[in-house]
Amino acid sequence: MPRDPDRPGAVSRANDIRVDLRLIAGMVAPGSRVLDVGCSDGALLRALWQQKRVDGRGIEISKDGVRICLSHGLSVVQGDADTDLADYPTAAFDYAILSHTLQAMHDPRGVLDNLVRIGRQAIVSFPNFGYWRLRLALMVRGRMPVTKRMSYQWYETPNIHFCTIADFAALCREMGIAIDRCLILPAGGRVVEMAPGAVANWIGEQAVLVLSRKAG
Amino acid sequence: MTASIHISAPAAPGATLPGRQVELAADRPMPLDCGAAIGPFTVAYQTYGTLNADRSNAILTCHALTGDQFVAEPHPVTGKPGWWTLTVGPGRPIDTDRYFVICANVLGGCMGTTGPKEIDPATGTPFGLRFPVITVGDMVRAQKLLIDHLGIDRLLCVTGGSMGGMQVLQWVATYPDHVYAALPIATAARHSAQNIAFHEVGRQAIMADPEWHAGDYYANGARPTGGLAVARMAAHITYLSEGALTRKFGRNLQDRQDLSYRFDADFQVESYLRHQGITFVDRFDANSYLYITRAMDYFDLARDYGGVLADAFRDTAVRYCLVSFTSDWLFPTAGNRAIVHALNAVAASVSFVEIDSDKGHDAFLLDEPEFHQVLRGFLDGIAEHRGLEPADASTPGAETR
Repeated sequence: MPRDPDRPGAVSRANDIRVDLRLIAGMVAPGSRVLDVGCSDGALLRALWQQKRVDGRGIEISKDGVRICLSHGLSVVQGDADTDLADYPTAAFDYAILSHTLQAMHDPRGVLDNLVRIGRQAIVSFPNFGYWRLRLALMVRGRMPVTKRMSYQWYETPNIHFCTIADFAALCREMGIAIDRCLILPAGGRVVEMAPGAVANWIGEQAVLVLSRKAG
Repeated sequence: MTASIHISAPAAPGATLPGRQVELAADRPMPLDCGAAIGPFTVAYQTYGTLNADRSNAILTCHALTGDQFVAEPHPVTGKPGWWTLTVGPGRPIDTDRYFVICANVLGGCMGTTGPKEIDPATGTPFGLRFPVITVGDMVRAQKLLIDHLGIDRLLCVTGGSMGGMQVLQWVATYPDHVYAALPIATAARHSAQNIAFHEVGRQAIMADPEWHAGDYYANGARPTGGLAVARMAAHITYLSEGALTRKFGRNLQDRQDLSYRFDADFQVESYLRHQGITFVDRFDANSYLYITRAMDYFDLARDYGGVLADAFRDTAVRYCLVSFTSDWLFPTAGNRAIVHALNAVAASVSFVEIDSDKGHDAFLLDEPEFHQVLRGFLDGIAEHRGLEPADASTPGAETR
């Protein structure tokens, strides 16, 4: 099975894709150049091709994921985002996308740096560890949160660098990365676009952020 | 097809082979990398499937060191199945119901294309070592002349493994506007020191054979079969893997219960290698082996681009797919990945996957379902991007096999 850090064993179909992927697809302009980093089974790339004729590229670490992508005719390289992004030229893509993969990176900061270099914009989605239910679970139960969306036990999870929306926003500030848009996904609720502040950090189960390198 | 096929003078042994031959570079000799020029010369080739009306479904298949144009049909000399029978054919990953597949014997080869065993018109005797040293670049220039002759402006795909993959890389570097997609398999952008070393062992084995006569053995009635067989045996080891040899043979004895305490082929692996050597000499010319191994040794694509491999692919619109195999130590994944890195550096459309296999370098010739799944997916993808009709909807085209 391709790696999907959130839902082990989940192989999505193009018309039944993860909600954050649907949001990301909605933000991508038709015919643009897209690099999907950690593209898993290629669900987003397929949706982008089918809906927007975006001829995207992907990087995926799992061979099975790559094989599934290639069998669907997608352009996907078996590789490691932690090391391979350095090869790509600056501003080669309109969007560099990292969907629910940041938390599995060894060097999230380096990856983020490359994303805003390679793409004119980067679109990053991640599960928010500041989400109130997770905070409550940790406070009440004193155990690492295991939810439907993050179903791994602490000793087996590929997710080694969890963060909160506040953490992420602080890193962006430190790195000189502008947050152009911030979409917050409350559990089961409507998607809201809001500043990546304390409220977002409390109600957001996931976040989808559009980033760019600050001018100068 | 518009141009007529010109059959070359049937002086050469190759002319007795079945299949197609065409005389190329008749008007103007083709320049070679060594500084010489060649022409006219003969290219022997085979085609499978049907070229569609707008000539957009042609796939050029490039053979490896000891391969030839008989990709998907019984070999005319050995009677064995063609070298890529599992991959090319009706309903196969390279589906001849959908694509028009071309394969030409390389320049310097010995299956009908002009090479060292053919007659030098200047002397009336076989070229031998008077044949100019050719390169992968020269092989590809000759193939381009063939493609022009067939009236095909842009190949849907160029593919091949090993030295065939080198030709694919050379194709996209030299003729990027005439290739839609490239599928190099188990290859490298430069021949490694280790691989040059193995080739040198093979060449020295041939040259050490007293029947070689400095390459002029053709008139002697004897050929350097001993040396060529040893070259093949040494090379064949590099096509396999320790795992595959252990799985196939282990330390099993051949037709005996105990060690012979002699130098017979006690072990199955010895018997197997001897068989590989003996059968090879029936179909291959020793001088061709020298020339083609030399061409591979000289291959270093970056050298022509100031040492920067990425510059060989700059501004490329070609869609690439590269495949390597885990147990291939002749053309390891690292060398294939170096090509991927160069392609990434120019933001090319590239796919790459390493296939799990214990079959070594030869895996690309064998039944590897995951590999075939990748080939099929990539070709389906490029066919869709190119706007080819699905296989069942294709109309009868201009050229049949």
